[in-house]
Amino acid sequence: MLKIKSLRARVEDKQILKGLNLEVGAGEVHAIMGPNGSGKSTLASILAGREDFEVESGEVTYNGEDLLEMSPEDRARKGVFLAFQYPVEIPGVSNANFLKTAINEIRKARGESALDSKEFLQLMKEKMKLVEMDKTMTQRSVNEGFSGGEKKRNEVFQMAMLEPSLAIMDETDSGLDIDALRIVANGVNALRNENRSFVVITHYQRLLDYIVPDYVHVLYDGKIVKSGKKELAFELEQKGYDWIKEEISAVKA
Amino acid sequence: MNTTFQHNGTEVFVREFNKFKGAGNGTLTSMRKDAINRLSELGFPTTKHEEWKYTNISPILKGDFTLITDDQFFLTQEDIKPFLFAGKNSILLVFENGRFNEALSSIPENSEGIVLGNLSDHFTHPAVKSHLGKYAGYKDESFIALNTAFVNDGAFLYIPANGSCEQVVHILYLNDTRKHATVMYPRNLIVAEKNSSLKVLESYHTLGHINQSFSNSVTEILVEENAAVEMCKLQAENAIANHISHTEVNQTANSRFNISTITFGGNVVRNNLHIVLDGVQAEARLYGLYLIDGKELVDNHTLVDHASPNCYSNELYKGILDEHAQGVFNGKVLVRQDAQKTNAYQSNKNILMSDDAVMNTKPQLEIFADDVKCSHGATTGQLDEEALFYLRSRGIGEKDAKAFLNIAFAAEIIRNISSQYLQDRLMQLVEARLKKINSYE
Repeated sequence: MLKIKSLRARVEDKQILKGLNLEVGAGEVHAIMGPNGSGKSTLASILAGREDFEVESGEVTYNGEDLLEMSPEDRARKGVFLAFQYPVEIPGVSNANFLKTAINEIRKARGESALDSKEFLQLMKEKMKLVEMDKTMTQRSVNEGFSGGEKKRNEVFQMAMLEPSLAIMDETDSGLDIDALRIVANGVNALRNENRSFVVITHYQRLLDYIVPDYVHVLYDGKIVKSGKKELAFELEQKGYDWIKEEISAVKA
Repeated sequence: MNTTFQHNGTEVFVREFNKFKGAGNGTLTSMRKDAINRLSELGFPTTKHEEWKYTNISPILKGDFTLITDDQFFLTQEDIKPFLFAGKNSILLVFENGRFNEALSSIPENSEGIVLGNLSDHFTHPAVKSHLGKYAGYKDESFIALNTAFVNDGAFLYIPANGSCEQVVHILYLNDTRKHATVMYPRNLIVAEKNSSLKVLESYHTLGHINQSFSNSVTEILVEENAAVEMCKLQAENAIANHISHTEVNQTANSRFNISTITFGGNVVRNNLHIVLDGVQAEARLYGLYLIDGKELVDNHTLVDHASPNCYSNELYKGILDEHAQGVFNGKVLVRQDAQKTNAYQSNKNILMSDDAVMNTKPQLEIFADDVKCSHGATTGQLDEEALFYLRSRGIGEKDAKAFLNIAFAAEIIRNISSQYLQDRLMQLVEARLKKINSYE
């Protein structure tokens, strides 16, 4: 589904990704962990198509197509979804209106007919339950005045509505209390199936207690330096990232 | 030599004036004469004039200003249909190339002394006699002088004390340029007496797209004690239209005045809005929206004159400028020495959609009282890149995402209009205008 080969990227003159490799198969959940500044959010941004980053070399293919060539909207239409670390507030644009436009763009790309208002409302009602979202949230402007937890729930709600085949979750756990974390994780778990893949980016192991990954990768200094099964996350939790850093410097020396 | 005015260009108007015969008695005739003489003396402002620094009006003066004064009308119901924004049952006054077209207008039987009609039919009305020309002074303003010289047709709306008009009164000005260039000098007088209320839509449109038009309007509005007037001035003429308007508002104690000035562009467009808060606890709200592209120039000049204590004014003007468009905002809030406990707020926000668009903004506060709350500010920038990326990352194309954000930006102004029907129709017009802007990419 997703193949990243020797990806090198920079922002202005700062090298951030230094030859990253990753393969994600259909239906798999991959956690990417790493200390601050290791390049986690840069990876998420590049996959979603943010233009602040310059890809120097390497390739990213998604279902065999060159992902880096596509506009952000085309990626979304082909099933890529980014749950933002900091969801943007857009005053004056209603959540419902925005989402209806988005869903119908994606349906059009899939060759499906547009949802009418009734069908859309029905679907919204159904998916709202997943993240215990209340009706007033959908009537408000996109993320405007939402608490941190509401913003993250709204991201998962949008994911449920748009039904992506590859969801990238950028530190979805940051700023969440334990109740909100549980709601968000339950929403994500309900969306797991054999065709849908997840890349879950997080600093802490805590989220992975709820969203149990198939694979765990450690991103450090722009590269994936260690990969393993879910047990790797527990090891990181116990030993911290210093252990990885020491291993790396030992190899270099 | 005084270079802030130029005298070239007034002769053609004097020649037209000599052919012009307006209605009314000797008082009006002498006011007109005085006004044209004043125009000849003054000339037209140049860009050396501080108030016209960014707005060069010489392109306007190259036009054809032959005034149509006969009583032949050509417009049909079909022609005006696209412009009926105030609802099917609204009160409608139609002006064809500046002349009142009674057949296309729709005015209910006047009751309880309310007058909604053509100014030149009411020159003997006591309110016209006591108010016409009393607020919009032409001694120093060339374009008010020009308008006053040709005072004749326009809307006269009079709501006597304790009266009210529930429906929106739509004053529709249509320039029919399909066969020739047009010029018009609409003159409106709106008088809302004590405890009365009124809602007005004043809109300007063009038919045709080859010949130029020039609209030079003056509107005087009197909002008396405890009266409430809501205005929407919509300028939706074509891209080659020239439009210079002056709205002069006088408010007395406890009155409320709310105006939305919406401008869709033209060759040169200038909106002057002066509000005098001339009685305690008067409130004025000024909203403005300009959506411009091509080589259009739109200049909004506002003055809020706090002349009495305990008054409130709030001003918000927003603009979206694309391609080579030029915008000017000059907003002055004057708080006179006696106007203690004034609350005055002003803000101007602009989005530049292209590197070639230019916005000149100058918010000004002049405060002579010491116990006041005042603020002002201006911002000019690009569309929020983060918001744009967010929308696109959900599958919404770049063009639509920009339109989404621009519509939301504009909606903050339109939302202030109290008639839901009018608000919805204006939102449709704004969306259409903005989609055209975005389709130029």
